[in-house]
Amino acid sequence: MVIEYVAAKQTSFDTTKALEIIKQYKGKRGSLISVLQRIQDAYGFLPEPILDLVAEGLNVYLTDVYGVVTFYSQFYLTPRGKNVIRICRGTACHVKGSDRIMEKLLEKLEVKPGEMTRDGNFTIEEVACLGACGMAPVMVINKDTFGEVTTAKSLEIVESHSVNKGEKK
Amino acid sequence: MNLDEEIKDDRVQILVCLGTGGQAAGGDAVIHKFEEEVKKHHIDAVVQKPCVVSKSGCRGLCAKDLLVDIIMPGKGQHTYMKVTKEMVVRIVEEDILQGNPIQEWLVTDDYHKFYDTQVRNILSRCGKIDPENIDEYISHGGYKALRKVLFEMTPDEVIEVITNSKLRGRGGAGFPTGMKWSFAKMAQAEHKYVVVNADEGDPGAFMDRSVLEGDPHSVIEGLIIAAYTMGATHGYFYARAEYPLAIKRLGIALEQAREKNLLGKNILGKDFNFDIEIKEGAGAFVCGEETALMESIEGKRGMPRIRPPFPARKGLWESPTNINNVKTYANIPLIINKGAEWYLNLGTKKSPGTAIFALTGKIKNTGLVEVPMGMTLRAIIFDICGGMSGKNRKFKAAQLGGPSGGCLPESLLDTPIDFDSLTAAGAMMGSGGIVVMDDTTCMVDMARFFLQFTQNESCGKCTPCRIGTRAMLEILTRITEGRGQPNDMDLLADMAGDIKMASLCGLGQTAPNPVLSTLRYFRDEYEAHIIEKRCPASSCVNLLKFEVNPKLCKMCGICMKNCPTQAVIWEKKTVARIDKPKCIKCRTCIDVCPFRAIG
Repeated sequence: MVIEYVAAKQTSFDTTKALEIIKQYKGKRGSLISVLQRIQDAYGFLPEPILDLVAEGLNVYLTDVYGVVTFYSQFYLTPRGKNVIRICRGTACHVKGSDRIMEKLLEKLEVKPGEMTRDGNFTIEEVACLGACGMAPVMVINKDTFGEVTTAKSLEIVESHSVNKGEKK
Repeated sequence: MNLDEEIKDDRVQILVCLGTGGQAAGGDAVIHKFEEEVKKHHIDAVVQKPCVVSKSGCRGLCAKDLLVDIIMPGKGQHTYMKVTKEMVVRIVEEDILQGNPIQEWLVTDDYHKFYDTQVRNILSRCGKIDPENIDEYISHGGYKALRKVLFEMTPDEVIEVITNSKLRGRGGAGFPTGMKWSFAKMAQAEHKYVVVNADEGDPGAFMDRSVLEGDPHSVIEGLIIAAYTMGATHGYFYARAEYPLAIKRLGIALEQAREKNLLGKNILGKDFNFDIEIKEGAGAFVCGEETALMESIEGKRGMPRIRPPFPARKGLWESPTNINNVKTYANIPLIINKGAEWYLNLGTKKSPGTAIFALTGKIKNTGLVEVPMGMTLRAIIFDICGGMSGKNRKFKAAQLGGPSGGCLPESLLDTPIDFDSLTAAGAMMGSGGIVVMDDTTCMVDMARFFLQFTQNESCGKCTPCRIGTRAMLEILTRITEGRGQPNDMDLLADMAGDIKMASLCGLGQTAPNPVLSTLRYFRDEYEAHIIEKRCPASSCVNLLKFEVNPKLCKMCGICMKNCPTQAVIWEKKTVARIDKPKCIKCRTCIDVCPFRAIG
């Protein structure tokens, strides 16, 4: 039953990578979070049809899978932008004005925290603390970390990523 | 390298600090450039000594990143600060090849003062060795303690040494480690587990990250000793996913330890099997709580369990489990090597040893500091870290212990820092983050910030924490927006007591601390917000008038130059004025004014 239901939903998805990951962890207890992390690395987010496969493959209830996905702030059920901007909202960054940087970027990209821009180029997120407090305020775009960011500098960084991709609104 | 070999290094070394801070300061490009230059000039041949370019972990003084050491055998070492890729050519040509260090780029007195006052035990190797090379750890005395334990000591003797050293857990609560270990050892079970809590979630803290990035083997060694002592066969590192570099280096370290038979079957020929796995967190602060952490390792929602039973009896998968913080494990090899007596001589009577603090906020030298317990806050902030960063800015408060801790005012700067004195003052040791604030930080906003954090991170399992933190946050928000009511302070204090008493885990039990400590030491700021509808720090935007005080204005015009919407009207020798319809209340003028004339 479940298999048919999954098959019906997965028409547009290439599930090979997900099945491969699930296979590697099969029978290993406590691996749900690790599996979801690896799948998200592969797909950029957690597509719903794949969650069914995870539940089936690891022999856990689908409710438990959703329970975990919605509990941890790192999991995403919706696609994310090509460039993920993360603004640190830790104490040191807060004291040095990261809230204002966040405000300005949201205004510029016309999104809310966690949302993807309409052109699919950016997602902007708040993170609790990146542990790079010595350089507060800190902003990360994809894997690059920028320290001592000002509002102007943050806008420049974002600008450089939109030009590189050649996509303008 | 054999485990018995000691170092004798006659290489020219170029050591580039590549912690998260160093990487962000362009460390990878600099290291690449050095490699290029060394090759180009055939330095090995010219100076007739092998020349290596290597990376080191974070050495602590992140404010001066990127730091580069040049070590010339026989000639000592010197350090350059704020190095960029463009500076590399000159350093190689003038310093390494001709022996003329470039004075203007060398570190200043600040740098030496920063280190000279510290006692670096746990951090002794951070910034000196390549964390991705096990041989360097071994050549600096690494894994000696493990051999001593395996070949010369019984588990009971290990526990005796740790108990005698009075080592207290470095995760924040300060529970005696020897006692914790003995509980787990006594428990009878087929499987036992040892876990490293590297879920350093406190905003403003990065000690654990630096230790893992700079000296991962010291923690691994401590964990193996713990496993041997308690009879555990499997260990876990539970690390935050926000620390990719630490996780990468830990993975490399574990692999290298396996190759040397320090992990795996029949470790060093003894009848002792043990291996370690890394579990990445997925972004939940509450997972730093030990029972929530175990739930998360089991692949579930990270919600705390009811205690008892305690983890030492029923922990991970219902088996006896010992959980300690990164720094607690890093202390173990030191104590085994040097003895309990040596450890007791450091720090205070009730809190021996050293403590590592991450100092951030509005101070000159942000970074990592390791000092003996009992040093005063004043010495750390003003002597080691060089005092306040902003011109004309006054110290207002130091926030210790993250969202579970409290804010201490100037009058308590001479409080000795140890577990008990801090708790008595209404803050707590926590994991060791110290955020320094000046007169432009609003304490009510600070309390609101922390409550927003804990409210957001509350897992929702128990009602006092789930509902209580939200209600407190609502009250604090309305105070900062100028809608505070006269009895709000009493209401906050009342709710804080209930939440502390009734919450299930440490998160809820300590969540009200930032509010209680600010109410205790900065009551006047609450009163100013509630009664006068004024924010003394000029920080809460709804309470600002955006007017220039002509008495304080020195007519410098810096506000006009920085205003993004040209809302400031100023000419030479006139007091600035703000054109309100144009003003977007971004507070840039307030931030840049050196005289605090705008409010």
